Amino acid sequence: MSKYTEDDLREELKTKEYEYGFYTDIESETFEKGLNEEVVRAISKKKNEPQWMTDWRLEAFRVWKQMEEPDWANVNYQKPNFQEIAYYSAPKPKKKLDSLDEVDPDLLETFKKLGISLEEQKRLANVAVDIVIDSVSVATTFKKTLGEKGIIFMPISEAIQEHPELVRKYLGSVVPTTDNFYAALNSAVFSDGSFCYIPKGVRCPMELSTYFRINEGGTGQFERTLVVADKGSYVSYLEGCTAPARDENQLHAAVVELIALDDSEIKYSTVQNWYPGDAEGNGGVFNFVTKRALCETNAKVSWTQVETGSAITWKYPSCILKGNNSVGEFYSIAVTNNYQQADTGTKMIHLGKNTKSTIISKGISAGKSQNSYRGLVHIGARAENARNFSQCDSLLMGNECGAHTFPYIEVKNSSAQIEHEATTSKIGEEQLFYCNQRGIDTEKAIALIVNGFSKEVLNKLPMEFAVEAQKLLEISLEGSVG
Amino acid sequence: MLKIENLHASVEDKAILKGINLEVKAGEVHAIMGPNGAGKSTMASVIAGSESYEMTEGTIELEGVDLTELAPEERAHQGVFLSFQYPVEIPGVSVTNFIKTAINENRKAKGLEDMPAKDLLKKIREKSALLEIDRKFLSRSLNEGFSGGEKKRNEIFQMAMLAPKLAILDETDSGLDIDALRIVASGVNKLKSKDNAVIIITHYQRLLEHIKPDFVHVLYDGKIVKSGDASLALELEEKGYDWIKELA
Repeated sequence: MSKYTEDDLREELKTKEYEYGFYTDIESETFEKGLNEEVVRAISKKKNEPQWMTDWRLEAFRVWKQMEEPDWANVNYQKPNFQEIAYYSAPKPKKKLDSLDEVDPDLLETFKKLGISLEEQKRLANVAVDIVIDSVSVATTFKKTLGEKGIIFMPISEAIQEHPELVRKYLGSVVPTTDNFYAALNSAVFSDGSFCYIPKGVRCPMELSTYFRINEGGTGQFERTLVVADKGSYVSYLEGCTAPARDENQLHAAVVELIALDDSEIKYSTVQNWYPGDAEGNGGVFNFVTKRALCETNAKVSWTQVETGSAITWKYPSCILKGNNSVGEFYSIAVTNNYQQADTGTKMIHLGKNTKSTIISKGISAGKSQNSYRGLVHIGARAENARNFSQCDSLLMGNECGAHTFPYIEVKNSSAQIEHEATTSKIGEEQLFYCNQRGIDTEKAIALIVNGFSKEVLNKLPMEFAVEAQKLLEISLEGSVG
Repeated sequence: MLKIENLHASVEDKAILKGINLEVKAGEVHAIMGPNGAGKSTMASVIAGSESYEMTEGTIELEGVDLTELAPEERAHQGVFLSFQYPVEIPGVSVTNFIKTAINENRKAKGLEDMPAKDLLKKIREKSALLEIDRKFLSRSLNEGFSGGEKKRNEIFQMAMLAPKLAILDETDSGLDIDALRIVASGVNKLKSKDNAVIIITHYQRLLEHIKPDFVHVLYDGKIVKSGDASLALELEEKGYDWIKELA
């Protein structure tokens, strides 16, 4: 798995499905490459969607056609040819393996370092698991618990069928189809994703990841997530998986919309570990994500992200603080190594009175990578007494990487209080020697220093996730100091 | 225990150590004294394996093991400990987390499992009491915002936790007030045994009033120019270093 070039990727995209002879009716399961109105209609039809949904997709497609791919981010890459992508394929039937012996040893080694249980290793590596019955029953138990509270948590394609009134009301309400190039594309062609609704006054009794991890394998190329927290409710949602995601899709353009109604709270945590490309910068996933939350009166949304994967990351989880006294938080760790490029940050749009936002961003760059923080703090004219605190810290390893900070501040109300702090530091020879002298080797020393640097953000993650995220940081930076 | 023969080291082609010979036996305390720029700290760094210096000639052995080709962490695993003159800050890493990592990495090198949390806690309690360190201190980021005295006390705390065979204390007395000096010295005295050895690098006689050396060596221009017993330290205190320069 050391070499995985763009050509390999393209080849795999071309030949998918056929090789295992899994599908009898190829025509109906995999579409030709290319994107036009017919393809959009066909996707909608395939999913048996109601007319309003088809129209919504078509409108998005019409908008997308008029748009140009943005190029303001501090990243360089060969733009994808959107007509060279197949926009619909049924979930990829991965070859089932009989035992872990057949799995790529590199992958197993990584699992081991992450401390993933043997059973879960099998599941992730697509090995037939004996205890399938067990995990199904676990999933069922979760479903029952959630059901009793009236919580809806299901694939968005199912939600469109079963709860059309909710989906129709909120889909596109925070990230409109016209928002940006990738969001428009996603709106037109999204394959699937998750839908979550927490009823009034309900506190979701579990982290929604546990369920997620058991229930769902890979995620789609154009994923769509919609989370609605009704008045006075609370939910903690975990997205992604710390295990290395060896996805064949090169372009990922997901959209996540969060709606936090009055007095509700949503915590949304992400660990992103898509294939970053090899050490020479070949291959890797382009991750162009639009994530945004709407906060009504007294509502609170916290975004926490640990971004270690992808060749290109373009991602700005944002909060529209519409309601008075609403609160937005953004805690981020972005690691880039080798030739990875990340342009990530947040937008805090203060519209309501007494709105508060906190931004803590930790960028870690190694190898020949480029790591940029880009953030906007906007205080609207009617946002009396709005407050923001931003802290952007960069840690550099070696002399060939770059760290950049692009803070944008727009203030239209003089009662606003805005603080911005930024630091840049470098892991020094002296720090490493000090650790070495205590018997800690350089690799471990870097992990220790990086974890210390990232601590404020790691602390925001749910416990089980935090432990895995720490190990992930370690693995991502392996070999970064020669 | 420690045997140094004909040690030469340089930095950017400038020779700093010019043929040092030193033997330290188990149970002994040696003091290395000398004027600024004599090469005292360089000698400590070279023994610990710092890559800032190039060792050009000679051998360093610890209990018969040749350290010359070993990485700094491997030397640590062999039992070398250096109390730094200027300990570095590691933000976000607590004193406890750091020492836990160090102990477990040393155990790993010896093929041992991680130390059980219960044992670690007991050990931390015991050693922090020895150095009069309070609980709150242990949760602070390593050396960040520490006073000079706190930094040095933390170094000796780590030494107590790691129980090295050979401890090199590089200017441990600098930056210490009288009380801190007394605490640190009494800590070192309690940790001393017939199985380990201590090298104290110091400019002044002050620390040696509290930790009595068996031997005193005077380093000047990269060489040991005079060795003696504890009385040599007193003589240096009285006469200064000028007369030494004439010996070189």
